[in-house]
Amino acid sequence: MSLRAASTFFYRRPYWYLALLLVPPLLWFGTVYLGSLFALLAQSFYRIDDFTAQVVREPTLATYKLLVTQPANVDIVVRTLTMAIMVTLACAVIALPIATYMARYARGRMKALFYVGVMLPMWTSYLVKVYAWRLLLAKEGVFAWVWAKLGLAGLLEAILATPAIGGPSLSSSYLGMFIVFVYMWLPFMILPMAAALERVPGSLLQASADLGARPAQTFRNVVLPLAVPGIAAGSVFTFSLTLGDYIIPSVVGAPGYFIGMMVYVQQGTAGNIPLAAAFSVVPIVLIFVYLSIAKRFGAFDAL
Amino acid sequence: MTAAIEFRDVSRVFGDVRAVDRVSFAIEPGEFFAMLGPSGSGKTSCLRLVAGFDSPDGGQVLLDGQDVSSVPPYDRNVNTVFQDYALFPHMTVLENVAYGPRVRGVDATTRAQRAREMLDLVQLGMQGERRPAQLSGGQRQRVALARALINQPKVLLLDEPLGALDLKLREEMQIELKSLQRRLGITFVYVTHDQGEALSMADRVAVFNKGKIEQLAAPRELYTRPATSFVARFVGGANVANAELATTLAGRQAQPFAIRAENIAVLSETAAASATGNSAAGVVVAVQYHGAASRWQVKLDAGEVWSALVTEEDSRALNGLAVGKRVKLSWPHEAAVTLSERPSVS
Repeated sequence: MSLRAASTFFYRRPYWYLALLLVPPLLWFGTVYLGSLFALLAQSFYRIDDFTAQVVREPTLATYKLLVTQPANVDIVVRTLTMAIMVTLACAVIALPIATYMARYARGRMKALFYVGVMLPMWTSYLVKVYAWRLLLAKEGVFAWVWAKLGLAGLLEAILATPAIGGPSLSSSYLGMFIVFVYMWLPFMILPMAAALERVPGSLLQASADLGARPAQTFRNVVLPLAVPGIAAGSVFTFSLTLGDYIIPSVVGAPGYFIGMMVYVQQGTAGNIPLAAAFSVVPIVLIFVYLSIAKRFGAFDAL
Repeated sequence: MTAAIEFRDVSRVFGDVRAVDRVSFAIEPGEFFAMLGPSGSGKTSCLRLVAGFDSPDGGQVLLDGQDVSSVPPYDRNVNTVFQDYALFPHMTVLENVAYGPRVRGVDATTRAQRAREMLDLVQLGMQGERRPAQLSGGQRQRVALARALINQPKVLLLDEPLGALDLKLREEMQIELKSLQRRLGITFVYVTHDQGEALSMADRVAVFNKGKIEQLAAPRELYTRPATSFVARFVGGANVANAELATTLAGRQAQPFAIRAENIAVLSETAAASATGNSAAGVVVAVQYHGAASRWQVKLDAGEVWSALVTEEDSRALNGLAVGKRVKLSWPHEAAVTLSERPSVS
């Protein structure tokens, strides 16, 4: 069959054409991508035999029971969730003015500079950045040095003395871990937010001012609600990336476990695949809960 | 009486472009004032200066006798109907209309009440709970109007408000806007590039070209006595003879003039021109049939293409004349309007 005949064949039969386009990606997406995920999740309904350390392949909720009844496991979930919420909030607060400037005020070279500046860190190795941050935040690191030069060494001491967030140094405290998380995920919040704000027509802001709204009112009543879809998209990134990450908590911060580290430890050294699988279900459930809350608040209405 | 809006020698420059070039004019309270011109002529720039979205580089903009050149839009008693309506997509129709009172601190019950009254005024009483995206173009236009009028502005600015509507709806809205303006008695400043719209609605029209006002006059005067060749062409669609052509036609030194298509008769080449008239010979290049009349495009021997509007009745007498044939155009002296080549106002 010639190319011309093939073209005619598919032009007259749009469904065949669609099938030709969709079958390869659907096979990939359905089998390799989602299939392997479900295979993993299915493992969470198995359990490990305490004596033989073998996986018992019978459906059971014993592993989940272990997850929700052991205080140490619950602590890990709560710790990770708290960190994810804090990081998401901080990213949203820091990203909003930057994204607003990028989308609404910056022009030409300045705009290009800002977009490149936001994305530049993402072009660097993730591990290099994490270890660099560990050095920056170390006891004799740049951060502590700058604070000391500014005469704020006492303040840093006081902050590090705060229970829960503090520690011997920034690089071994939850505060330091929080700083690194916020640094890492900020671009994922700025970019969707800027994209949402770019789509707001300038005439809406003029109309708001024309009707008597001061700039702060325009921001609250028009800009912010229209940025919400972008904030929602960005927060899904920052929230889920924090929930799943295991490198940052193992390189920077206090010794407490996070979900990602637990998955790593359970499937590796401990060889407890069912518990590792159960732990990896937790972020999925939390993100579903997060999305349904966001939907209730109308975050996706403007999509 | 203090002018509702006054421009004193106002300029606005963007780089090398003088978007508004030393413009002065005054608009009376309660007037329906149109700013007419092609795109880039400076009419929208002037509107933005009145609304406060932009400030002049030179001169003064006065509202009600006060210099507002540095007053932000939210402190001006002026409201705008935007070309794209600029309705807030995340609010209902009622919330959109109630937005003005809301940001001015009016309580929720009062502002909802007033918003409903405004929606009734524009005959959209039942649509309050819908979103702008669920409305038709004409309905959105009315919402934008209600939203702009709820603050009871002294001046309403309309930026090509009917541009996105189809012809029939546009004609209905023209009549409605005009009667609304009469009822409310507030000043309307109406920006448009459609001369028919400006002529049919406005009390006075300012014709803009290249950042300046070419002529500011009542519609009838603009149409019958255009001051410049630009106004004659843009407003009346008239034929223009520049000084050179006028001199050739008259056989002596003559001023440029304009002559409207309906005042020109098409005659066979051999016909004698009337004693009181002027005439010019040329070749027919096109005949467009419009029903009640036909538009004949004639390329004059001097090179210009003029058009003549010939009624159905007169067309019958022109049997045998068609594209490619030589004809004579003839018009009475008194129909020719002498033009000045410089803008008369500014």
